[in-house]
Amino acid sequence: MNSKNNLKGWLYLLPALIFLGVFMVYPLIDVLIYSIEEGYNFASQTYSGVGIYNYSYVLHDPYFLQALKNTFILVIITVPLSTGIALLISLALNRSGRFKELFQTIFFLPYVTNTLAVGLVFMILFKKTAYSEGLINLLLNTLGMKSVDFIEGPYWAKMFVLCFYTIWVVLPFKILILTSALASVNQDYYNVAKVDGTRKWRIFTRITLPMISPSLFYLIITGFIGAFKAYSDVVALFGTDLNAAGMNTIVGYVYDMLYGNSGGYPSFASAAALILFAIVLTITVINLLVSKKNVYYN
Amino acid sequence: MDKIKKLERKRKIKNAVFMTAVFLLLIIWAIIVLFPFYWMLLTSVKSYASYNAEYIPQFFTLSPTLENYVLAFTAVPLAKYFGNTVIFTVITTILMMIVVILSAFAFSRLEFKGKDLLFTILLSLMMIPNELVIITNFVTITNAGLRNSFAGLILPSVTSVFYIYLLKENFEQIPDELYKAAKVDGTSDFKYLWKVMIPICAPTIVTIFILKVIECWNAYVWPRLITDDENYFLVSNGIQTIRESGFGRENIPAMMASVVVISIPLIIIFLIFHKKIMEGVSRGGTKG
Amino acid sequence: MKIILKHLTKIFLSRHKKNEYVTAVDDFDFEIPDGKLIGLLGPSGCGKSTTLNLICGLEEPTEGRIFFDDVDVTDLAPEDRGVGMVFQNYALYPHLSVRANISFPLENLRGKDKLSKEEIEKRAFEVAKLVQIEQLMDRKPNELSGGQQQRVAIARALVKTPGVLLLDEPLSNLDARLRLQTREQIRRIQKETGVTTIFVTHDQEEAMSISDLIVVMKEGKLMQMGVPQSVYNEPVNLFVAKFLGTPAINVFDGYVKDKKVYIGDDYIMDKDIEDQDVYVAIRPEGFIPKKNGRFHCRFDRIEIMGRDTSIVCHHDKCISDEDIRTIVDSDIKIYHDDNMIAFDLKENKTHIFSKKDEKVL
Repeated sequence: MNSKNNLKGWLYLLPALIFLGVFMVYPLIDVLIYSIEEGYNFASQTYSGVGIYNYSYVLHDPYFLQALKNTFILVIITVPLSTGIALLISLALNRSGRFKELFQTIFFLPYVTNTLAVGLVFMILFKKTAYSEGLINLLLNTLGMKSVDFIEGPYWAKMFVLCFYTIWVVLPFKILILTSALASVNQDYYNVAKVDGTRKWRIFTRITLPMISPSLFYLIITGFIGAFKAYSDVVALFGTDLNAAGMNTIVGYVYDMLYGNSGGYPSFASAAALILFAIVLTITVINLLVSKKNVYYN
Repeated sequence: MDKIKKLERKRKIKNAVFMTAVFLLLIIWAIIVLFPFYWMLLTSVKSYASYNAEYIPQFFTLSPTLENYVLAFTAVPLAKYFGNTVIFTVITTILMMIVVILSAFAFSRLEFKGKDLLFTILLSLMMIPNELVIITNFVTITNAGLRNSFAGLILPSVTSVFYIYLLKENFEQIPDELYKAAKVDGTSDFKYLWKVMIPICAPTIVTIFILKVIECWNAYVWPRLITDDENYFLVSNGIQTIRESGFGRENIPAMMASVVVISIPLIIIFLIFHKKIMEGVSRGGTKG
Repeated sequence: MKIILKHLTKIFLSRHKKNEYVTAVDDFDFEIPDGKLIGLLGPSGCGKSTTLNLICGLEEPTEGRIFFDDVDVTDLAPEDRGVGMVFQNYALYPHLSVRANISFPLENLRGKDKLSKEEIEKRAFEVAKLVQIEQLMDRKPNELSGGQQQRVAIARALVKTPGVLLLDEPLSNLDARLRLQTREQIRRIQKETGVTTIFVTHDQEEAMSISDLIVVMKEGKLMQMGVPQSVYNEPVNLFVAKFLGTPAINVFDGYVKDKKVYIGDDYIMDKDIEDQDVYVAIRPEGFIPKKNGRFHCRFDRIEIMGRDTSIVCHHDKCISDEDIRTIVDSDIKIYHDDNMIAFDLKENKTHIFSKKDEKVL
């Protein structure tokens, strides 16, 4: 009976174990090995030695440093901004009465759309071509500002579009989570505070924020992780040759090392991926430490 | 008396100002969200000539045309991309559901040696980002000669540690008594899973299903690595190709028509199931 | 502070049916005297909580005015009325300590009312002492028992020394033993502070036991207001008679003929009114078993419950329940044969109500 049960359990798990083993556990070990195999040749699958050269190469590669800088700027701008805007919109949503569901549905729309496809629309809106300044530039002109090519122009303009689009893409999820967190705060707390004559700002900082802090914190952690892994929205705006555009991200660098015109270097790709993993892990641990002090868990 | 009336009036004005600000914010964001969709629809029905003749883009058109849609399906193999994506989405989702349901059942209901250890390992795998394992998977699939094949596209995408975890938690909420009663009646484990657990947990299963469909439909990175033959392109890669080599020339209205075509299935699904999808995502989705 | 309600009315849009209105509070017009403990009593959904919310200002009345002493507070925001409120689930801020919860309202004060840290601390401690929780100041709400949470909530409501204290179902979340204790506590705190206190409850025993005055409501309408004992002894209508008292009052179909009240063939009492069909309601303690009594019932059983003895019997004309419940002194001799028992009735425990409008006759 017992051994039969044992067998049955493993049998039900077999498909998952095979897939996870081949496509997750094995690659995890393999990526570590790749990252220390020096001079790995993809065609002959041979390597010349073992060491940390791959890491050193990646860390000295100007393309990687550019990608690192881009990614950090993107993270630093979009994570606080998107969380803040999402909070603002969620607060407004919870006051919108019978229009709440309508707005909520509209706001969620970007979540279900193809990042690449809508990115193309953003590109067209921001792009300056031979025929037209593009809609956004015309808008800027009417406000008395000069037109800029946001797609192939100066760095700050490109970074602006990227941040804008990233926020547009990540906001639906954040709004959804925060709206339901806000809605689940017991109305009695607000009534008590009102009877006590608590000012709106104090209600917000002393009651609302602590009550939704677990959700807020969850969003900040996933926001950091997500933003560090930015890639497809960058491709959507600037095309696949991100190094040339100067807009590459760490993940983009990993893929470029693996495949494409500059590809064929799984060792460098592995080293870069592990560096990314180390950064994300560090940030997450810092987040967790900060949250211990500031997040209220029921 | 007068003082009280004044106070009251002040409060009403304050409230009106506040509500105006609330709706202003909501409407502005709604416009920012909806405008790209409007713009892509609008541009897709402008003719190539009239679009390029507009130095100042027009906000509506009086002579809509479907020629771009015709072009999207004839000049580039959009139908092919579309079909590939449907095949990829359907097979991946179904395979994943089977794998996920079977393992969630084993973890929640069956007793066997090593279960706790295995589950701990599973949980720790949840923290591993896809970017870390994709490198080796790329090499594995390439070495297996599965580049440019559905098998190569699908196989690495059929497990999700997170969904196993989500469903296992849900399965565990079914009271033990039901299982015991079924055992007394001589119901087999498999029949119990099929006839009792799956129907009870249908909401979670549907949620996982929908989330996976969205994920598959928008998949870009893996398909891009593993296919360079247009016959196996999915819509995301198709769009990228259209963008880069396009319709022979930069034909933005035709590009927008393609974008509309590939965006519409998910938007329709969303409009029908928006409550279910939003509820599901808030319980189990992550993005961004 | 006395509270005066003038034609107070609140009408809601129905939550269940479109375009239908619910009158939660219907033309309330009465005065609550200063320094009393008032029990607002009625079945659930009768508009008690709405009344409370109107008084504290969380809801605006559809019509009518509210006065605190001579000041019309109808248009004042809750914080300008000087009320303290305790919610049914206490609504203690879960992330703040007891001390922080109690000081919270004081920290809201600004301008010339602003208090120093020491003053806040002192006041919070005083009120905590009043409700006897001063040793729990550093705990979090989830580390307290239900009764303690209740007292913290009262302390928080009292810390600004409000003129009016409002309690919404204060005892409903407590178990039976704590309920007895806590209601005595509420009584004591109210007496010590002398604050006009209104508490809402659906439990008539609770209301009767500690209130100076009770207000009985039904479907938004005021049924009766008065000292508990007089409301119990002199109900103005059938609803009040039925709502107060355990076991509940026994109601019979009866009629008046030639200024005499009958149930079936049995003469009950004299009543100087026209001939008509009436309800005859008799309190359980209004029955006196007597060998040749005038009221005949079918005997079922005798239940002895501690100091009381209850005779359970049946009567075809009884419409309140299948069983007629009576409570008699345990030293009275009870005569009955196999299936019949006879009673005399106490006239002051027997009430006659009109069949038309259920009002007392």
